[in-house]
Amino acid sequence: MKRVLAVLMENQAGALSRVVGLFSQRGYNIESLIVAPTEDPTLSRLTMTTIGDEKVIQQITKQLNKLIDVVKVIDLSASDYSESELMIIKLSNHKDTIKKIEELGGSIIYQDETILNAEFIGTSSAMDKVLSTWDDKNLLEVVRTGILGLSSNAKTLTI
Amino acid sequence: MNKQEVSGGEALMLSLQEEAVDLVFGYPGGASLHIYDALFQQQAVQHVLVRHEQGAVHAADGYARATGKPGVIFVTSGPGATNAITGLATAFMDSTPVVVISSQVKSHLIGTDSFQETDMIGVSRPVVKHSYLVKKPEEIPKVVKEAFHVATTGRPGPVVIDIPKDLTDASYNFKFSYPKEIDIRSYKPVDEGHSGQIKKAVKALLRSKRPIIYSGGGVIQGNASEELTKLVRLLNFPVTNTLMGLGAYPGTDPLFVGMLGMHGTYEANMAMHNSDLILAVGARFDDRITNSPDLFALDAKKIHIDVDPASLSKIIAVDIPIVGSAKTCLSQLIEELEKEKYEIDKDSLEPWWDQINNWKKEHGLDHNLVDKAPPKGKILPQQVVQSLYRETKGDAFITSDVGQHQMFAAQYYHFDKPRRWINSGGLGTMGFGLPAAIGVQLAHPGSVVACITGEGSIQMCIQELSTCLQYGLPLKIININNQSLGMVKQWQDMQYGGRLSESTYQGSLPDFIALTESFGHVGMKVEKYEDLQKSMEECFKMTDKLVFMDIYVDPDEHVYPMLEAGKSMQDMWLDKDKKTWE
Repeated sequence: MKRVLAVLMENQAGALSRVVGLFSQRGYNIESLIVAPTEDPTLSRLTMTTIGDEKVIQQITKQLNKLIDVVKVIDLSASDYSESELMIIKLSNHKDTIKKIEELGGSIIYQDETILNAEFIGTSSAMDKVLSTWDDKNLLEVVRTGILGLSSNAKTLTI
Repeated sequence: MNKQEVSGGEALMLSLQEEAVDLVFGYPGGASLHIYDALFQQQAVQHVLVRHEQGAVHAADGYARATGKPGVIFVTSGPGATNAITGLATAFMDSTPVVVISSQVKSHLIGTDSFQETDMIGVSRPVVKHSYLVKKPEEIPKVVKEAFHVATTGRPGPVVIDIPKDLTDASYNFKFSYPKEIDIRSYKPVDEGHSGQIKKAVKALLRSKRPIIYSGGGVIQGNASEELTKLVRLLNFPVTNTLMGLGAYPGTDPLFVGMLGMHGTYEANMAMHNSDLILAVGARFDDRITNSPDLFALDAKKIHIDVDPASLSKIIAVDIPIVGSAKTCLSQLIEELEKEKYEIDKDSLEPWWDQINNWKKEHGLDHNLVDKAPPKGKILPQQVVQSLYRETKGDAFITSDVGQHQMFAAQYYHFDKPRRWINSGGLGTMGFGLPAAIGVQLAHPGSVVACITGEGSIQMCIQELSTCLQYGLPLKIININNQSLGMVKQWQDMQYGGRLSESTYQGSLPDFIALTESFGHVGMKVEKYEDLQKSMEECFKMTDKLVFMDIYVDPDEHVYPMLEAGKSMQDMWLDKDKKTWE
């Protein structure tokens, strides 16, 4: 089962490697991982998607909390949450490409005679759907951030 | 002292003094020269020069286990740092507080593949509780303060402080001040157990008819032996200890049913399997205890006290988890029992005790083997441990290496006090015993310290015999020599049709007596059962000398009981032909 965890950790050299190391060391999966400093520059916020049953997720949460650099962990997928992902794709520039991008809710961030770079934002499944509308011939390259998540209630992940 | 201008190296030494460190184990090298110069120019912290960095960490670890104080190690960069890794992993698996201060190449050389450069933070990451790469000399006091705090609190563990050489250079000075308080926002170990859970636990304890208390290394690390002993006696419950927990409850007490697990006693394993309630304290249900987790003590309600929340329900689902230190939580249980004036119906436990005593009578260990001449004429390894136990009146500090001799020591030397049994239980590090004994002897100079080892393990850190001469350490090394890697051989005998693949030495063993003597110590060879007790006496009479007893034992002896893999705790081999199932 897919789970989305949000982790607040010290914005320090080495902190991320401890988190990533923990996953490989204990045999947990990372489907996606995204990290950036927060409005408090001493902290970074990390959103990771992983796969596991209740017992595995509990262990992951506890093991993450055990890391000295980790300040807080929540399992966003334990209740309602909002997720979003940014995707940029490179396409061959045909005459109907621009129209199609606009129909799918994307925006063009670069174009020349041969290629187009288009940006899409939405849930992972919406991004999958966007990708499925192009054939392999025209879809040249894809880059995705992985999921960013926030809980859908008044509670916030702060210290 | 707090006002003077000091170098980074001096700041490190002053910080260690602030932490009341009196002894450091280490080995100097290029990157740590500034630190060693600062060490030279002060008196408060003494240094023990080992012969290999692995020995330094094991010695500091032994010191920590025997005292409860953190062990401190200095190593240089590169190979000095990597040689410390096995020691760190050993301390990590057994949750002992050690602080490794590794030197690093100069800051501007980091990442350039310079001479003796290793990414120590990266290499050690999976086997430390935490680590620090120091960036500025001024950070040294705060980092040391934090490192000692992290190493010694909560679930203890090893911490690495990696310091680039330029940071300890005497040419740069700054004002030294040591922080009084430490506050790490992301690290607040819980001490007290949740009161509701404590109440629930007490009710469950009183309801049970077939209870057992299963305690581990956490009770020793957490200095909770007194509380454990009080609770066990209050309840009149049987108590078993893990390999790491031996000595937490007096080994000669009638309520003690012996060690449990892979080579635990028949009665301890049977009691666990058939119990209706298990109170686990500072133990972690590891695979050497539970055998198959899905067949583990199916009728038992489980209460688990542990300072590490991640240990709870990790392997075995627990009914009443309690996060907190062993000492405080056990006190809370005792207080709750006493406060509520609960009636403890000791009579209701009688059938359970009868059952346990029957198991013991049926297949319990024979603690008087040493009185009988061995059937094949060759000394039995069990007899060596029993002879040692008698000679030291059960009051020695015993370190061990890893393998059959370790299990025989755990089974036959009864530990009545905590911190007397020092072995590598989690990682199972051969080579641990001798350097660990060095640390123990330095921590307790007047006490008897014996290292039970084998001819395989002892060769893994034998260079430390030289350290023993330098510091005049009168260790007693009991080498149970079965001319083979005994535990490997046992498994090959039992599961690989006796094909002894690379577990014997084909006559290549050294002359241990000559070897010991070349290191400046006394060697004794024992080959006959008739000489065992007499030689043991003679050995321990030499109170000011290191004596290496090379005792030849029956190479075909196996350790029993032994749990059968893939089955439950009641499925044991009792000897070469007898098993409890089928």
